[in-house]
Amino acid sequence: MTVTVLGAAACGGDDDDASGDTSGGAAAANQDVSGSLSVLGIWSGQEQESFRAVIDAFNEQYPNVNVSYKSAGDNLPTVLQTAVQGGNPPDVAFIAQPGTIQGFATDGKLQSLDFAKDAVVENFGQSVADIGTFDGTLYGILFKSANKSLGWYNTAVFSDAGVEPPETFEDLSTAADTIAASGVPPYSIAGADGWTLTDLFENIYLRTAGPEKYDQLAKHEIKWTDPSVIDALNQMKVVIGKSANIAGGSRGALQIDFPTSVKQLFTDPPKAAMTFEGDFVGGNIANETNAQEGDYGVFTFPSVNGSGPAVVGAGDIGVLFKDSPAGQAFMTFLTTPEAAQAWASRGGFLSANKNVDPSVYPDDITRQIATDLADAETFRFDMSDLAPPAFGGTPGQGEWKILQDFLRNPNDVQGTAQALETAAARAYK
Amino acid sequence: MATGAPAADLPPAPRPEGPARTRGDRLRPLATALAFLAPAIVLLGVWIVYPTVWTIIRSFFDRAGDAFVGWDNYKEIFENDALLKSVENNLIWVAIVPALVTALGLIFAVLTERIAWGTGFKLVVFMPIAISLFAAGISWRIMLDIDPERGAVNAAIGQVADAINEPGPLTGAKPSGAEVVQSGGAIALKDPVQPGQTALLGLTAIRATEVPDDARQAGRPRALPDGITGVVWRDFKPGGGKPGVVERGETGLPGVTVELRTPEGDSRSVKTADDGTFAFEDLPPGDYRLGIGSSTFQQGFDGVSWLGSSLVVISCIIAYVWVWAGFAMVVIAAGLAALPRDLLEAARTDGANEWQVFRRITVPLLAPVLTVVFITMLINVLKVFDIVLAVAPASVQDDAAVIALSMWRVAFTGQGDFGLGSAIAVLLFVLVVPVLVLNIRRFRREV
Repeated sequence: MTVTVLGAAACGGDDDDASGDTSGGAAAANQDVSGSLSVLGIWSGQEQESFRAVIDAFNEQYPNVNVSYKSAGDNLPTVLQTAVQGGNPPDVAFIAQPGTIQGFATDGKLQSLDFAKDAVVENFGQSVADIGTFDGTLYGILFKSANKSLGWYNTAVFSDAGVEPPETFEDLSTAADTIAASGVPPYSIAGADGWTLTDLFENIYLRTAGPEKYDQLAKHEIKWTDPSVIDALNQMKVVIGKSANIAGGSRGALQIDFPTSVKQLFTDPPKAAMTFEGDFVGGNIANETNAQEGDYGVFTFPSVNGSGPAVVGAGDIGVLFKDSPAGQAFMTFLTTPEAAQAWASRGGFLSANKNVDPSVYPDDITRQIATDLADAETFRFDMSDLAPPAFGGTPGQGEWKILQDFLRNPNDVQGTAQALETAAARAYK
Repeated sequence: MATGAPAADLPPAPRPEGPARTRGDRLRPLATALAFLAPAIVLLGVWIVYPTVWTIIRSFFDRAGDAFVGWDNYKEIFENDALLKSVENNLIWVAIVPALVTALGLIFAVLTERIAWGTGFKLVVFMPIAISLFAAGISWRIMLDIDPERGAVNAAIGQVADAINEPGPLTGAKPSGAEVVQSGGAIALKDPVQPGQTALLGLTAIRATEVPDDARQAGRPRALPDGITGVVWRDFKPGGGKPGVVERGETGLPGVTVELRTPEGDSRSVKTADDGTFAFEDLPPGDYRLGIGSSTFQQGFDGVSWLGSSLVVISCIIAYVWVWAGFAMVVIAAGLAALPRDLLEAARTDGANEWQVFRRITVPLLAPVLTVVFITMLINVLKVFDIVLAVAPASVQDDAAVIALSMWRVAFTGQGDFGLGSAIAVLLFVLVVPVLVLNIRRFRREV
């Protein structure tokens, strides 16, 4: 049985060579790599099929590696934790929480990926390499990324009000007042979901304080009462400071969840003009509203005080639990544009890989978002995902809750900073 | 199936007769008992005893489970505001819900006994029990939404509220320039005007769709020597325009009632024309005040914040009572059906009125049933979890949390503090134990 498979695979390889591919020599060498790999990720359904396409692309280069993928769904951290505790981890896993990866790395459960370091830096840039690096060793490769530095808007409302998508925070402030004067509240804020508020804060903070302070704050090396935090909270008031500029008012916004915050941009009449959230808003618009292409647009999160292009993102990071030639080959493959393009062409995927050809993305908006992501001078992982979950990731607590209180009472900047510091001090001990 | 094997140990049919019983014979019933009990003991051991004991042990260790921290986790419960709040909320639940559910159940049961469509009514009241608590919670959360367009409860209140306080044609409009100010709902010129002058009442924050269809380009008022003229218009065109200046592309607002107060204190009013202009004529000289009354800007009902921090506990309780009242009613109705009718008849014959019969006969006779319902609800309420999770939005979960929810949030929702979570679980256990003891003693008495 094995022989037949090998034979068939070898034939496939020969066909590739015949088509005049330059990687003929490499493909021949790749024949030597064999074995099987188990991969664990959160993707299911359509995403699972798309990831299959990535595996197929891998198998084109490494025909003798048998990759089996299993979806753990949203329970991945728990499933993985259990598997690792039980001494039976998968070969490869995709984890969305850098904190979890750091935990595994510290416990010595992960294999070093330093063999792929150059490939990561070359394809993604240092910013992305840093995300998977702990104590100087590369442990993770950001494969599927999310771009959370976006504003989504209703094009009709913008053109009725005669405003253009803003490029700077001053533009944003003016545009918001103009839109309000046209009778539509400019901002839709999902106050019931605290993470949308932390995303907003992080986008502003990365722009006002810069990446170094961002990293320090993420590690709680500087306090939340730092002047840079106060400054960012003050800037945040541009968006949440005026209750009249928020759909439903500050009080109503606290009960609007994320899907509703997107839907209400496209009700008739629209309840708001724009919202700030990640690339996944596109999915909500497509599935939950009647908006057609052209009814909605997307703009890059505006620059604050002349800040350069920066992206707050998230994503699924590939890590290796068991070292093997096949495992190394697979992890190296993840850094290549081919791996990203295999999924990107199917939609629902962004890569921070700068060498991915933008034309593979299925539509203009995705292309714009992906280009923003790849072109960003600075890429930083969502800070609240880096924080201990008690502070940065729990509904009704920590940063989520405190920023919700800030939305309710945006004049209390000092009190908000103090509350954040108190909560952080407890969570980071 | 496990009990199948020990059957082989049972004594064989032809028993040796006589008094000479061996030690094995004496042990045999014990072995049989053990064999029959084994499955239950194993199940209880694995799923009840072991987890309970382990939880108690775990509660004395830290987050990671490595370091012994003594009573620190328990102290934390009473020092952490959010956790303390959940204990308080649980006390509110305990104080209100069991009594309320029992009372409602009793009322429904007694009433349904007397009405023609009793069975149908019982069916309707009992129906919520068939719905999962979580689904019921989601339904209530949607019904209690603050936005009357989504929340049925606010929509109903809104119908009444809007009928009493009719919303104006230009809700949410704001003055555009500095000459016009908003005070107490009305929008008026800041300074008095004299006859011969014109007044510009520019308004913004009006949707294009709110402007009446017959509206035309805003007119520029022409001054009258013995009158005050002016215009009310939507002071907005794409890009914003100049505030306070009537520009091309800005529409007048027809049908707006403009009010004029004379120096003597009388008031006159006039409606604006299609281009938004208006005129008050034949005015003696003097200082006049001009504005648009608050009824034009009267906001519609914007919803009671049922799920806001102050009302959310009550909202959860309403949803919970809605679910459980049917259960209480059915159990109490069953008890009611078993009451000896002759006692009630005797009381009535002796001249007791219905209230006295209810108070002195029905309720005392029903006491055991009422106690069962009350205690069942007490235990249920101490453990209440899913309805709070479903009803309370994340932004107010701190305000709505109960002990079981706090335990789950602390231990499982990413915080991963199993030490503190275990301590909360033990606290919950300790709170439930007295009720359980009460229940067991009552069982004994009944048996």
